[in-house]
Amino acid sequence: MSGKLTITQLEQKANDVRKDIIQMLVEAKSGHSAGPLDLADVVTALYFDVMNIDPKRPEWPERDVFFLSNGHTVPVQYAAMAERGYFPVEELQTLRKFGSRLQGHPERTKLPGLENTSGPLGSGLSQAAGYAYSLQYLDNAKHRWVYAITGDGELDEGNIWEAAMFAGKYKLSQLIVFIDRNNIQIDGTTDDIMPLEDLRGKWESFGWHVQEIDGHNIESVIDAASMARAISNKPSIIITHTIPGKGVDFMEYDYHWHGAPPNSEQAKEALAKLRTLDGQITSGDIE
Amino acid sequence: MYFPLDPNVYGDDAKKEPIRAGFGRGLKVAGEANQNIVALCADLTDSTKMSDFKAAFPDRFIEMGVAEQNLVTVASGLARAGKIPFTSSYAAFSPGRNWEQIRTTIALNDQPVKIIGSHAGVSVGPDGATHQMLEDIALMRALPNMIVIAPGDSLEAERATLAIAENGKPSYMRLAREKTAIFSTDESPFEVGKAYVLKEGHDITLLGTGTMTVQVLMAAKLLEEKGIHAEVVHVPTVKPLDNETIIASIRKTGRALTAEEAQMNGGFGGAVAELLGDKLPTPLKRVGMKDRFGESGDPDELIAHFGLDGPSIARTAEAFINEVPRYHQGF
Repeated sequence: MSGKLTITQLEQKANDVRKDIIQMLVEAKSGHSAGPLDLADVVTALYFDVMNIDPKRPEWPERDVFFLSNGHTVPVQYAAMAERGYFPVEELQTLRKFGSRLQGHPERTKLPGLENTSGPLGSGLSQAAGYAYSLQYLDNAKHRWVYAITGDGELDEGNIWEAAMFAGKYKLSQLIVFIDRNNIQIDGTTDDIMPLEDLRGKWESFGWHVQEIDGHNIESVIDAASMARAISNKPSIIITHTIPGKGVDFMEYDYHWHGAPPNSEQAKEALAKLRTLDGQITSGDIE
Repeated sequence: MYFPLDPNVYGDDAKKEPIRAGFGRGLKVAGEANQNIVALCADLTDSTKMSDFKAAFPDRFIEMGVAEQNLVTVASGLARAGKIPFTSSYAAFSPGRNWEQIRTTIALNDQPVKIIGSHAGVSVGPDGATHQMLEDIALMRALPNMIVIAPGDSLEAERATLAIAENGKPSYMRLAREKTAIFSTDESPFEVGKAYVLKEGHDITLLGTGTMTVQVLMAAKLLEEKGIHAEVVHVPTVKPLDNETIIASIRKTGRALTAEEAQMNGGFGGAVAELLGDKLPTPLKRVGMKDRFGESGDPDELIAHFGLDGPSIARTAEAFINEVPRYHQGF
């Protein structure tokens, strides 16, 4: 990409990603709404600013890699990849359909540019850690980075804490993980289903460097990634506070939208709101 | 294909060695040949025989702690980074504990991770049923993309390790704890997906996999003394089965018996039953664990108790032949 996008342009791009998500979900008639919408700012920042990638060469050996651990939020990744030029934006409308490369949950073997296959929760972090181990200890590739996103409900999984110990032990400093802290999971709020706090303390005690940011402030996302890269002796967690369903007011904060798509009427309303919101999703409105 | 047998296999002075020891040797040789090979172990480095590799290539050995889910998923990530990861634990834990992770991140994700399940079968002995993995063949052969191998002796385990190191596919190999008599030689062939006729005969085909092949050879020898000429087919690759070799033998003999140190439901016996049902309906007797768990005991005592030793298999085969003296093969 020639020249980086400005923050305003990135915010605009995140809004495009949100519109793509709504259109994909309504066309697919199934899928998850809340997570993909709330991750739009983080994933846009990664694909359009943070990561050193080339959409024309998805297997470029010098690339940064991205592992989505909570695979059900993959519409946001597909949308960001299409907007970034990995494949035509029109293909987004094939999400979840027979013969599509855009499977309901991401499959590496189907779509170039995906690094892993995920959906069953809790194992994407380990895959990212395995890649980061390779870069740090086997490949002497200090200039490459592994980015990953996990859900917060996903942290209920034991596999996550096995990976947390592993990455802490080996001080996988090229591993940078965003936790989508939207406080919801399928059956309710994370506090009701399985409380996660003290979340910062948990990760720190496992040997990770921890930051907390507003996940809808793209500048914060970029700065936190930059700080994480500067930490040379620990893996990094960025607890990313987000509003589930961000950008569509009738979805925001409502856990019922975790696993449901909008119908066409709701999609129309959502798209109208996203159009009015163009450029307005900025820091400060998470309070 | 000609498969030279160790002439001492039938004697009291047969060479014996744990099958897992061959894996240990093979892994080190594979590691010398290809520096992308890495080894991950879940706190069982000596008993799963990764110690030689660890000593030779400490930088390519990764201690994972007692965390089998992380063991295979980290391996999946390493494979994405271009490595060929061998993971080892006891079969009861890997693939017993972490089957879904193997399914999603290795089989569906089609990554060339090698899952080594040691201490499979009732011959684990005193540790009892919790540690006697019997369901691994059924679990692993149900997975698309997965290769399933049960070497018959330590020399073959060495050859199999070298073969799966370079096959580019998700692969599972089950190993046994106790010493097993060596029937193959350094000149015996091994190719993934191939079965081998060890002894020719025309009354029945005895098919063995893993530790049971040597017991099947013993059974065939005992049957020979009674004038029953059994053909012995060694099937180290349970998936993909060598349909051609197996069908050719059974077409000739008209009766088949499978033997495995595992649940026969869904296991090797299940695989052969499916093949025969599809291609060549033929009377089949399955020897293995019959829908039950093992228990503590001396390994030889348990093998005999569950009807898995040579004399038991010979008796089962003879009774089976008497039970189905005539048959109508095929559809």
